[in-house]
Amino acid sequence: MGCGCAERRELSGPALDTALLEPYLAEYKDSEAKGGLIAILQKAQDIYGYLPEELLTYIARRVGVKPAKVMGVVTFYTQFRLKPAGKHLVLLCQGTACHVNGSAEIEGAVRDALGAEEGEITGNGLFTYTNVACLGCCSLSPVMMIGDKTYGGLTKDKAAAILKDIEREETSG
Amino acid sequence: MRVTVGKGSCGIAAGASEIWERLRAGLRESGIDCAVAVTGCIGMCYLEPVVNIEDGAETLTFVKVDAGAADEILKRLRGEENDAARYAIRPEDVRLLHSQRRIALRNCGVIDPECIDEYIAREGYAAIETCVRSLTPEAVIEEIKTSGLSGRGGAGFPTWFKWDAARRSPGGPKYIICNADEGDPGAFMDRAVIEGDPHAVIEGMMIAAYAVGSGEGIVYVRAEYPLAIVRLEHALKQARERGLLGDSLFGSGFGFDIRIKAGAGAFVCGEETALIASLEGERGMPRLKPPFPAQKGYRGKPSNINNVETYANVPWILRNGGAAFAAMGTEHSKGTKVFALTGKIAKGGLIEVPMGKTIREIVSGEGGGIKDGKAFKAVQMGGPSGGCIPEALADTQIDYRSLAATGAIMGSGGMVVMDESTCMVDMARFFLDFTCKESCGKCPHCRIGTRRMLEILERVCAGEGREGDIELLEELAGQIRDGSLCQLGMTAPNPVLTTLRYFRHEYEDHIRHKRCTARQCKPLLTYAIDGEKCTGCTLCARQCPGRAITGQVRKPHEIDMSKCVKCGKCADVCRFDAVEVN
Ligand SMILES: Cc1cc2nc3c(=O)[nH]c(=O)nc-3n(C[C@H](O)[C@H](O)[C@H](O)COP(=O)(O)O)c2cc1C
Ligand code: FES
Repeated sequence: MGCGCAERRELSGPALDTALLEPYLAEYKDSEAKGGLIAILQKAQDIYGYLPEELLTYIARRVGVKPAKVMGVVTFYTQFRLKPAGKHLVLLCQGTACHVNGSAEIEGAVRDALGAEEGEITGNGLFTYTNVACLGCCSLSPVMMIGDKTYGGLTKDKAAAILKDIEREETSG
Repeated sequence: MRVTVGKGSCGIAAGASEIWERLRAGLRESGIDCAVAVTGCIGMCYLEPVVNIEDGAETLTFVKVDAGAADEILKRLRGEENDAARYAIRPEDVRLLHSQRRIALRNCGVIDPECIDEYIAREGYAAIETCVRSLTPEAVIEEIKTSGLSGRGGAGFPTWFKWDAARRSPGGPKYIICNADEGDPGAFMDRAVIEGDPHAVIEGMMIAAYAVGSGEGIVYVRAEYPLAIVRLEHALKQARERGLLGDSLFGSGFGFDIRIKAGAGAFVCGEETALIASLEGERGMPRLKPPFPAQKGYRGKPSNINNVETYANVPWILRNGGAAFAAMGTEHSKGTKVFALTGKIAKGGLIEVPMGKTIREIVSGEGGGIKDGKAFKAVQMGGPSGGCIPEALADTQIDYRSLAATGAIMGSGGMVVMDESTCMVDMARFFLDFTCKESCGKCPHCRIGTRRMLEILERVCAGEGREGDIELLEELAGQIRDGSLCQLGMTAPNPVLTTLRYFRHEYEDHIRHKRCTARQCKPLLTYAIDGEKCTGCTLCARQCPGRAITGQVRKPHEIDMSKCVKCGKCADVCRFDAVEVN
């Protein structure tokens, strides 16, 4: 009986190529597997962009833990996404320094510029924005990070212009 | 001759990568054989990007370097007539740099963090060699005890005591863990140290490993610091290639290696028992202490956890002697401390000064005073576990005890400076929003109590505060403090308690008079158009989401407050400063 969460569901829908994950699953074999769960999930998210439920079930089976356990870990950490995100992930800092320097206003500008709420994908599939607590560039606050690039000293106009520039590059290229 | 460009995350955000490329390309074109090296952050974030020309004993520093400035610097390097002097650092800024005492930051912004030889040239890895070759582990611990070094991660616990406990703990293998989770929003010294001087952290961990008797180290770095991870990985690789990490170090029986674990975004994982749970692949929930990590840590084995800055101090202490470190600071707080100056401060960045300076000395000295000539109101220290210290107490000495007496804490050294335009009720709301989201949910008092406090604060900021709210906040604060297992919950009410202690009148203003003197809480503001200044351009009326603004073209407009949704757009877009906010 039980809760049924140990039930083995196979990958359904548009099949994911789990072979891509194989090297990492192998790396964390045996006693290391449990400790490596977070690292495996991070790799999986790098590869697939997000963590669909079927994938979590698959990882659970391979690592040898219950799917509920994997889900528990995934939902605990803010880095993990259960839904797909846009091509560019915009991390908007809402840390103390940025808050004091007006990050709430920047969020308004970003929301308007993208026409999407936090965590949603924009209509063109290019962007998803999320609020984060601190990007460690507090002296340049307010700050946002897109990909590996950090933008500091933001104003509402500057934030909107940065997003428009990326969009223009993407649509013209 | 050598040219360096400061490329920490902050420098890069200010455009340092483009400047670095431009200088390299320019020099290559002119056929000048001169390396353009990368350094970490020197701490003067308000002057980024920073470029140095090192010529023999002389160093010329150029600040706020843009493309035009880079071209002038290139002309100078080519020996042509140039205008580079215009971008030279000002003497007062040089003085601010020299007035510091840089121990943990000794190499940041000076050496190339990707080049192990530059670290070694500044006596790097000499301390661990001395330890392994001629000191017993007990003697190493004794030296740290003499130094009076205490943990820089927040709690300020004596470092030697933890090492000694881990050393004495039976069982093994033992682990050395570096806490680079740096969760306090507004603090970034750990990032700067790893990005600017990764080998100092590695060497500090090696010395701890030798003292404790450990063969394996782990650095837990937060996911938001990709560059720190890259630099650290590179440094570890170089150290391994030199045989500084591995099986048998300096021909002894002592072996040690380090691996990196990237965090996945959870503030509470900075707490040591939660960090260990996270390393083990679990949800990062703190557990009750004792047993302490020194007894039962990672994989149930004795483990020593220290902060990045703590480790970075260690090689210096072993090289210069514990007494030299203890000679700085105050009676109870020894040595130096790195502070991150942010918020409404003119010269934001990282500084390192001996313990015992006053808040005012730092804010008006190294910090250059308040931005835009506004009035200094308060400084927030200790992040979500800390508190707001008012200007009236700015002569408080910075040491662990004096800060605790104000209701704040040293924390990791983040100093978020606030001016008259910062609303203290809104700050309290901000921190409760943070802790409420970051509570791991294990203790009901923390999980539910912080939410109840947040709801009250949100109400107060929205102009719906009621009599009795302040007392209710105080009651909840006491219960959360008493009913939580870890420091996250126990200290979560601090931002509210300190603002209540020093800025109670602001709470009363919000609740009784529905007034926010700092003009931050939008629902409490009213908007009116100054007929004298309004030109009737209609811009505000077109932008108003509530259609509350009416008027004819080229005639003064009016706001109907019954329709106003208080979004503040009209005041933002007005080009004539005609919208009055009260
Ligand atoms: C909620 C919470 C968050 C913490 N975050 C950090 C952190 O980000 N970095 C850190 O070094 N210590 C943090 N600490 C303190 C650690 O638990 C621990 O005391 C510290 O890493 C020990 O190192 P130290 O003795 O060198 O300071 C945190 C503690 C709590 C309760
Ligand atoms: S508070 Fe925004 S980068 Fe630190």
